[in-house]
Amino acid sequence: MIAELGHFALILAFALAVAQTVLPLWGAQKGHDGAMAAAVPLAVTGFLLTALSFAALTWAFLTSDFSVALVAANSHSAKPWLYKWSGVWGNHEGSLLLWLLILTLYGALAAVFGRNLPATLKARVLGIQGLIGVGFGAFILFTSNPFLRLADPPLDGRDLNPLLQDPGLAFHPPFLYLGYVGFSMAFSFAVAALIEGRIDSAWARWMRPWALAAWIFLTLGIALGSYWAYYELGWGGWWFWDPVENASFMPWLIGAALIHSAVVVEKRGELKAWTTLLAILAFSLSLVGAFIVRSGIITSVHAFASDPTRGVFILGMLAAATGGALALYAWRAPLLVSDGVFKPVSREGALVFNNLFLSVATAAVFIGTLWPLALELMTGEVISVGEPFFDSAFGAAMLPLLIGLPLGAMLPWKRADLGQALAKLWWVGAGAVVVALLVAMAQGGGKGIMAPVGLALAFWVGGGAVADLVERAKLGKVSAGESLRRLANLPRSAWGAALAHFGVGLTLFGIMAVTAWEVETIRAARPGDSFPVGAYEMRFEGVDRERGPNYLAEIGRFTVLKDGRVVEVLRPEKRVYPVQGSPTTEAAIRARLSGDVYVVLGDRQPDGATWAVRAYQKPWVNWIWIGALVMALGGTLSLADRRLRVGAPAPKKARAPAAAPPAMQAAE
Amino acid sequence: MRGFARIPALALALALAAPAFAVQPDEMLDDPALEARARALSKDVRCLVCRNENIDDSNAPLARDLRILLRERVVAGDSDAEVKDFLVARYGEFVLLRPRFGAHTAILWFGPLAALGLGLLMARGIMRRRAGPAAPETPEPEAPLSEEDRARLRELLGDGEEGGKGA
Repeated sequence: MIAELGHFALILAFALAVAQTVLPLWGAQKGHDGAMAAAVPLAVTGFLLTALSFAALTWAFLTSDFSVALVAANSHSAKPWLYKWSGVWGNHEGSLLLWLLILTLYGALAAVFGRNLPATLKARVLGIQGLIGVGFGAFILFTSNPFLRLADPPLDGRDLNPLLQDPGLAFHPPFLYLGYVGFSMAFSFAVAALIEGRIDSAWARWMRPWALAAWIFLTLGIALGSYWAYYELGWGGWWFWDPVENASFMPWLIGAALIHSAVVVEKRGELKAWTTLLAILAFSLSLVGAFIVRSGIITSVHAFASDPTRGVFILGMLAAATGGALALYAWRAPLLVSDGVFKPVSREGALVFNNLFLSVATAAVFIGTLWPLALELMTGEVISVGEPFFDSAFGAAMLPLLIGLPLGAMLPWKRADLGQALAKLWWVGAGAVVVALLVAMAQGGGKGIMAPVGLALAFWVGGGAVADLVERAKLGKVSAGESLRRLANLPRSAWGAALAHFGVGLTLFGIMAVTAWEVETIRAARPGDSFPVGAYEMRFEGVDRERGPNYLAEIGRFTVLKDGRVVEVLRPEKRVYPVQGSPTTEAAIRARLSGDVYVVLGDRQPDGATWAVRAYQKPWVNWIWIGALVMALGGTLSLADRRLRVGAPAPKKARAPAAAPPAMQAAE
Repeated sequence: MRGFARIPALALALALAAPAFAVQPDEMLDDPALEARARALSKDVRCLVCRNENIDDSNAPLARDLRILLRERVVAGDSDAEVKDFLVARYGEFVLLRPRFGAHTAILWFGPLAALGLGLLMARGIMRRRAGPAAPETPEPEAPLSEEDRARLRELLGDGEEGGKGA
């Protein structure tokens, strides 16, 4: 009954989405206020119904209702409740419903908080958002219904893939979707603006928070996924250039370009057409990601889709959304006249530079991900494009971006002097090189020239962010108190930008350090054996057997020693989940800011007495994810900036006429 | 494949039903120099039944066979190029994670370069348009702004600090 309620709510939500598309778009065209205003209650009710539907599916999972086909296929009564719950989106149908839930949530938020949007723009934004909802609603209802019943319910379910029985599943996909789907708002704003044929700085101010929020969530989602892979997959890798990863990485890159170019629209009335194009591309790439993943096209290169209907449906949606939006862009973008003036060397120029290289990096990832597919479809030739290609192509595109970042962040608007920026940054550059060399020498070894060069780049980017704040505070040029006051009065967006750039430096540092100085040991060990792992000594004590709630485990005991002192006992596991019959490895990690000791237990060797063991020392590895967190934190600070919070200029009368900026902030 | 395939990287492992894991101690060569070469080579060789995964990382039985095969070639004295040629002859170019340069793969390298060129052209277009006579460097003398206009202008330009930088 509950499942049917959920199904019914979903059908109602779909019908409302159709109305949410037609009424406001028609109303905006004809100037019909009532039709435009209908968008708000339609969006809110559509969200509530979708939420009801999602709650019904969640209920079916939590109560292990195996008469629902999806639950029977993906759950098990013995599973801990957390995985019953997160199992709702650990499958195709449920994850799509989550996607739709987030889509309608964004629409409802825009409806409720967009009070000061011009009526026609708001109606069009919500109309386009409704149209996307129609597409995904139809996709779920017609090809991927999560509420199908089984005539003969099984006694128990087939369980969730053991790899997914991890707290990571509870957080990683929702964050990722909040990111992917968040770009739908930017997309809707762009398409609405193209229909209106008008963009001003207020438009950018309305659009940017959505893009920024999406980017923040995507940053967190990708970082969570990367960390999950790091500790769960058992060989300590954190990024694989897998097509599915690339699918999430491309919208992230374009999204990063978008939140930068939107600033130019907002502050300078420039790059209008380009910004709408980025907004369209960011969401299109999210759809490409959905296609890559859900069509099954990548899983098996030889079958076009494991479920052809689904693949074709998404492909159709992708073609309609991207094709339609790009056609509209080609037609209407010439109307979006920019009105600023700037020289190539200026803040605007720097942001164009940023956009250029982020786009080139995206192009490299895009081509590398999809070309093997295209080639096979066209000629039948099969090739692989993997990590070695991506490392060099992506790296080549990022290098100028990262070198330019600190300089660009220093340049003033309109017209700048590169010499001046260099003069403010020379100490950062020199310091970065010296510190990198010192660290490289202290660590010793390392793989070639990459280590010091990479570190210098990381320190340059991180130091540049600090220098940006130092410069704004006029540290050393005015009294310390005055500097502090200036820092405190900096808009949050300035803090946010500096922090996010600092995060880029941290991530870069983690990547470079662990790539250069990772130590790996693979061996067959007998209980009692000791062996070195980098600076540590590891003693293999033995293996215990234990029984978990829905699995059997062999748990190794490893004592970690440093300078003869015991610092940790690590217990890596090998689990077997009997229902699915598949094994997983649970790495044991001693995590420290200065790096991890990571050990995985392998199989008992044929001789019966020894076990395969894989152990690593991974210096500084955690800074990869800390850097991502700092980036997200920087984005959040920027999102909390007053001018974005307000969303639009507040009524002028409320303000003292010649108020100084700090007083203006206080007035809020 | 169901929806869980969306979970980056984890999806990688779905193909790997075998209980073994990546490089096994018994496969490794005794000569550290040869083993290091074999490891480096393995990173460029695809486990044919996996997703974009090299045989060094893969748990699949086929990857193990390939690792052993590759080490046999290394021990037999093949150069890196000869090992790769050998594998390509047997399994096709699919086996290489870094595709060979040729007519069929040129787009991988020239595509991003073309994107860069296109981007530069667009950027130049933007700069040109700005520098043209339609947008004079020094604005015309304007009617003086009222205080109210000024306050609004300040706000639009971004609350003092940011705007101040440009001034």
